[in-house]
This record gives sequence, C-alpha cells and structure tokens, in this order.
Amino acid sequence: MKKNDMTVLIGGDAGQGIQSTGKGFIQSLTKAGLFPFGRQDYRSRIRGGHNFFEIRISEKQIYTHTDGVDLLVALTEESVEKHLDEIVPGGGVLYNEDFDIDSDTFEGRDVKAFPVPFTTIATDEGGAKVMANTAAIGAVAGLTEFDASYINSIIKKNFAVKGDSVVENNVKVAEAGKEYVESKGYEFDYELSEQPETPDRMVIDGNQAFALGAVTGGCNFISAYPMTPSTSILEWITKHSAELDVVIKQPESELAAINMAIGAGHAGARSLVTTSGGGFSLMVEALGLAGMTETPVVIAEVQRPGPSTGLPTRTSQGDMSSVVFASQGDSPRLVLAPATIEEAFEAGKRAFNLAERYQMPVIVLSDQHLADSIRAVHPDEFDTTVEIDRGELMSEEELEGLEGNYLRHEFTESGISPRAIPGNKNAVYKTTGNEHDERGDITEDPELRTRMMDKRMRKEDTALEAEFDGPVLYGPDEADLTFIGWGSTYGAIREAVDRLNENGNRANFYHFDEIWPFKAGEVKNLLESSRRTVLVENNFSGQLASLITRETGAETPDRILKYDGRPFTPETILGEVSDSEEVE
Amino acid sequence: MTEEVSLSDYQYPTEPTWCPGCGDFAILRSVKASMTDMGLAPHESLIVTGIGCGSKLPHYMNVNGFHSIHGRPVAVATGAKLANPDMNVVVTAGDGDSYGIGGNHFLHACRRNIGITQIVEDNRVYGLTKGQYSPTSHKGFVTKTSPEGAIEPPVRPVPTALTSGATFIARAFSGQVKQMTEIFARAMAHEGYALVDVLQPCVTFNPGRSYDFYTDLVYDLDEDYDPTDREAAEEKAKEWGDSIPLGVIYEEDRPTYEEQVPALSEGPVVKRSLDPEERSGVDLEEIKRSFI
Repeated sequence: MKKNDMTVLIGGDAGQGIQSTGKGFIQSLTKAGLFPFGRQDYRSRIRGGHNFFEIRISEKQIYTHTDGVDLLVALTEESVEKHLDEIVPGGGVLYNEDFDIDSDTFEGRDVKAFPVPFTTIATDEGGAKVMANTAAIGAVAGLTEFDASYINSIIKKNFAVKGDSVVENNVKVAEAGKEYVESKGYEFDYELSEQPETPDRMVIDGNQAFALGAVTGGCNFISAYPMTPSTSILEWITKHSAELDVVIKQPESELAAINMAIGAGHAGARSLVTTSGGGFSLMVEALGLAGMTETPVVIAEVQRPGPSTGLPTRTSQGDMSSVVFASQGDSPRLVLAPATIEEAFEAGKRAFNLAERYQMPVIVLSDQHLADSIRAVHPDEFDTTVEIDRGELMSEEELEGLEGNYLRHEFTESGISPRAIPGNKNAVYKTTGNEHDERGDITEDPELRTRMMDKRMRKEDTALEAEFDGPVLYGPDEADLTFIGWGSTYGAIREAVDRLNENGNRANFYHFDEIWPFKAGEVKNLLESSRRTVLVENNFSGQLASLITRETGAETPDRILKYDGRPFTPETILGEVSDSEEVE
Repeated sequence: MTEEVSLSDYQYPTEPTWCPGCGDFAILRSVKASMTDMGLAPHESLIVTGIGCGSKLPHYMNVNGFHSIHGRPVAVATGAKLANPDMNVVVTAGDGDSYGIGGNHFLHACRRNIGITQIVEDNRVYGLTKGQYSPTSHKGFVTKTSPEGAIEPPVRPVPTALTSGATFIARAFSGQVKQMTEIFARAMAHEGYALVDVLQPCVTFNPGRSYDFYTDLVYDLDEDYDPTDREAAEEKAKEWGDSIPLGVIYEEDRPTYEEQVPALSEGPVVKRSLDPEERSGVDLEEIKRSFI
C-alpha cells in the first residue's frame, strides 16, 4: 500500500473543465493537510485538443512533479492512449465505461483498469453530463479511500456562486462516483488520508504569488497586453484592482504597455508591465528609454519557448540572454529570477523598491512552469508586512528647500540622483532618451556623455553591492557534484539532489535567483571550490552557462539542456548524471 | 494657480536648433502663451514628445518635459495622465511620430478619450532625417526616398480622428499664432482627448508647403460654426485641398477615460500612500485567505 505518495493525471479535451477539476482536487487535498504539486499542460486553443493536469501528492512539501503516473483519470479515449505508457506498475486507469477502447489495451501491462460510467452518473445524479469530471474525482476518492467530505467542501466553495442546486448536484455526482467504485470492489494499492495537522494553506500558483507580491510591494499601476503565460498576473491584479486601488490599463499593444508604464513611473507611480518573450522583444526600445531617463518600472517576463510564437502555452528558459542584454547601447537594469512560488511572491514585493532605489527597470524573469504550477503554501510564508523604500525620492520638505536648478541626473558617487516627481514648482525639469546633462538637457559633449554613461551603469554596481547575495545553496556545503540552475528547474534539481544524497552520494545545488548584475566573484569562488558542476537549463544554448563564462571566465562544459517545451523532472536529471563517476 | 503666471516664467536659456523660418518657433510661442493665458505655472504641465525637430520643444521652455522615443509619446503621456490626472499632459510631436510609427496609439487615444492634448507639428515631411516623405506628404511629393513622387495618398488626420472617436479636433496654422494660441488653450481646457493638427511649414525640406502656399488655402471657421454639431463637423472634416478650414472643428462632451477608472476615484494614485493597507484600507491578509 502506497500511502499519500502518488501522482494523479487528469486528461481530457480543452473545454472539459480539466483545469477546474484539477484545481478543485488540489484544494481538497490541501484541506486534508496533504501537499500537492499541480501542473498544467495545455494548448493554444479554446476548445478541443488534449490537455492534462498532473497532481503529485505527498505528506511533505514538494517542489516538482516526477516521471510516472500512478492513477490516470481519462476523460477522453485519447487520454488513455497518450498516457498509458506513463503509468507505473501497479498503477491504474479510471476511465469512462462508455469509451470505445480496444479490449487488449491493458493486456500485458501491470495496470489496473477501472471503468466507471462518468457520463451516466453525471446525467442521472446531476442532470448534466458536464459533471462527468466531478464523478471522476469522486471515483478517485473512492479508489484511494480519500475522505469525501474534503471533496464536498471544495465543491461547495467553488460552485457557491453558481447557486445551491449546482452545488447539490455536484456533491451528489461526486458521492455517486465514489460509491460506484466502492460497490465494484475495485482494488487499488494507494491511499490518500487526512494528515494529523490540517492548517489552512493557500492554494496558489506562481503568477498569483507574483501578483500578490507586486501589490504588497506597492504596485499601483499595471499596463499589460495579454500574452500567455503572463496573462493571469494581469487578470489577478485586475480582479483586485478596485479594492487595492491599482490603475489597470490593457492597452493597444506591448509598445503602448511599456511606454504607459514608463509614463506612469515618471509621474510617480509604481508601475508594472507583464508579458512574455515576444512582447518583451517589442518593448526593448522602451527598456532603453527607461534606463536612459532613469525611470523606475517593473517588467515581469514570463517565458515560453521561442523564437517567434514558438510553443505558446509551454515552458522555457530561453529569454535570459534577451533580457540581460536587450537594448541598443549599454543600458542598466536589474534581473531577478524567482525559482519557487515563495520566491515569486518575494520578487514581486521586492522589485518595486529596487526599481525606485536604483531608478531603472527591474525585470522579473519567470516561466510557464513556475507561472502555472500550483502548490499548498502556508500563509505565513508570504510576509505582507512591507517597508516601502523609494530610495532617493525627494520629500515635500526637501523639494520646498530646493534652491537653484534642480538636477534630475546629478552626478553622485552611487550613480543615483535625487529624484523629484514632476509637479513641484521647485523642480521643473526635463528628461530625455537623448544623451543629456545633469539637468536633462540634450548634450553631444563627449566628456559629459562618458560621465553620464558611467553614472547610469555605476548604479548596477551599487545595486550589486547593496542588494544581491549571490547564488543560493541547497544541500551540503561540500559535495562531489554541484548542480547549477535558475528559475523553475529548481524543484526538479532539488529533488534530484535529495535522492542522490539519500543514496549516499554528495550532491548540492546553487540556484541563481538574482541574474543581473552578476555576482562574478562569488560565482567564480563557488565554481572553483566545486569538484564537478553541472548546469541544468531549459533552453538550447545554456544561457546561464554562457553568462557565467562571460562574467567569470570559467568554462561550464557540463550541461543538461532541454528545449522541448516541457519542464524537467528529477528523473531526467538523474538519468543524465547516473553514469558519472561522482554518482554511485 | 495661486500665483500670477507670466510668459517669462516659461523662458529657458537653451536656444532652439530649428532652421530659421521653421514653423516650430510659432508653435513653441503658442504653447508657452496658451499655458500662460490659462494661468498654468510651468510645474503644472508635463510635455511629452517623441523624436523629431518638433519633439525637442520642451528643451526650449521652462516646463516639465519627457522627451521619449519615436512614435511613443502618446503612450507615455497616457501613462503619466493615468498616474496623475491632476497634471496638464500635452504631447507635441510631428506627423511621423503621430500618424506613422505612432498611428496606432493615436487611434486608440481618440476612442479612449484620455485627457491629454496632442499637438501635431504636421510639416508633412521627415525633417530631422533630412527630407523623406512622411505619412501626411501629398501624393507625388518628390523626396530622397520618393524620387518618382510619393505613391500613397496622405493620412487625413481630422477625419481619421473624427471617425476614431476623438472628442476635440482642431486644425491650426503656424502662420496664425494668435488663433493657434487660442486653439491650444481650448484643447488643454477640454476634458478628454484633444487633437490639434498644426499645418507647419518645413522651410528646408518641404518648401512646396510654405507659408504662402497655406495662406492661399486656409480660412477661419465662421463665428457661428458649431463644433458640437456632428454632421457639420463631418462636412468640415472632409474639406481639404483647395480650401482648408482652421479652428475647432469638433467638440464633444463625453466622460474621460481617467474619470471612469475605479482606482482614481479617490484622486491620483501618485498622491496616495504606496502601502496598500494605508492606501485603500485593504487587508492583504484577507486577500491571502481568499486563496485558502
């Protein structure tokens, strides 16, 4: 009997409610004190086409999905075909009894077949076949002896807005699904049970966590053009905009989005732009404008595989080089790369202070895997106490005491100039994307130009020194095998490290949650003190690896790269290192 | 507007780099004069510009200026206005900025009715890049990039603005400074988006569209012309070529975009606390609980 350790995969067509079913199940598991990790796999279309929602369940916090499915919940025949090979020995398939599948489908496989008349149950008990997915979740509870009250309470919560009869019908359908499985006497060696402790935990994904962090950090303006997989940040903030007093603008293009955010940032707002790689490419000219005019703005770039439209609903880490180096000319920026849902919240909260302190764009680099993955997180993990720090922003008193010409781009040791928000009579000023003097007037003077470039770029050094800590270590200080990664590969790498160490190896892992400017000294030291380093990245060229070499001179030849649009699992990583001499 | 404002408040030491005779001089004068006439002090306005000769305008007067990139001043201005609706936000940019590379922003600003004033320095040529045809160049215009004459007919800003939903549309001529100043003041006083297309000679690169050329064609709208009459405006908007009307062609009272934004109902976001709990009394812990 496997207890509280399994992966359930719910497969079906777009439009069948795969996402809401999966999320509802995650909420139920969370209520029972379990730790689910859910991820979505969907396509760029509204109806039709195979989608799935994969939920791995554990008694402790987990950060990744793994290879292998213990229970496939197939809402379409195609789901059976697509995922049958993923089912582990002893696993099972719950499927609609009405499916037209070959009688020999399960022959020769150690897979248990659990046919259930989802549609009939939905129609008979609920009066509508759309509730087939609810019947399926009830059946999952029946097979795993999971307490149905957790399913029912989530049905009540999620369907409350649709009225009492919808709630009642869904509860009936879920219970009938469970009872059907029990009446059939299906045997399945898995159990999901309530945990001794069931504290209230949030069920939240990476985009929502970032959005919550952003509004905690004082974001009061967002302009964004919808682009998968970033859109749910815009949607979440929009949903809460009235209560949070955030100005929302969905403009005519990404060009408009970034330039509006720059205008708002200049006027004193804490502005945010959300996009993916294609939108970011459109925004690049304005990124330089923000750098040149020293305007704070936060850009969330939620990556998907490029180039061009690429794989619009899938995951990639292919935009690091783009965001670090984009712009004609050298232009300052800070780049953060949260790896987990908790880090996504922190990055959202932190980015706005950084943008105002250093008066430059801050890019938060995320990706579809982080954006759409869901976990149970205790509310205390998200600290909503916030110290708003606007850096060198001049107070009303300072502005009142200002004499002579206000120098918006005044030369300072740190590179950061006292900043006035336009509107005060003592600080009437210009700024421009042209090279300018301290006052913001256009200049062509070579010496001024050089000093102004130095000043702007010096702010990166100031930020690097004051703000960045270098890569974050997971695992023991000393190891034979050191993994290096960034962003959403975190979960897979972390678990690979855990498994290696459980098997008597010595592995550890550094993840880069701050990408630019680069902690070259620290990185060089860690590379030199590591016996063997392996870079793990979800892109073609090894973009962090290239950046490390560029910044430290150290070669990083060992790379595990993947660019099929799908996230890593621990097994993929372990498979790649299993032959190496460091691994037993 | 507690203190008296005078034209000298807008003086700035930098000399314009425009060619002698450039229409931009008159536009600069009218911008300063209209703001003075309205009693606006320099710190109460933000002039956002793109790239081009005319986009250097804020560098030649004492005013808040954001000299942005080509095509984007309307977007930058829109963001600034949404962050701080108390600010008088004005765009001055050329015809390439406004109707070419930035044409999409122009269309959407019209229908959006965002409370900015867009003054287009419409010289119908690319001047700063030294003489290529622009979106408003006449068909057949011979330039370095149209040696056989421009093939496309020009963009028609006034009818385009009208059909796109602009609530204030005017045409001015930089040869008539007094009228232009009055139009600018009316445009800035207008609640909502205002377009002022200014016929402005580029004496160096479009000498065919000179002061004399326009003087022969332009006429002032009658005193009894009613810009709130949509049908009349549609007729006037069509007039182009042999006779070109000057003045406020269309004016409509419609709620602005910014006054319909819920987050701005309590005033500009830039004048409120950044701490969300102080700002709106919202409890972030409560929002966190909504995820449970």
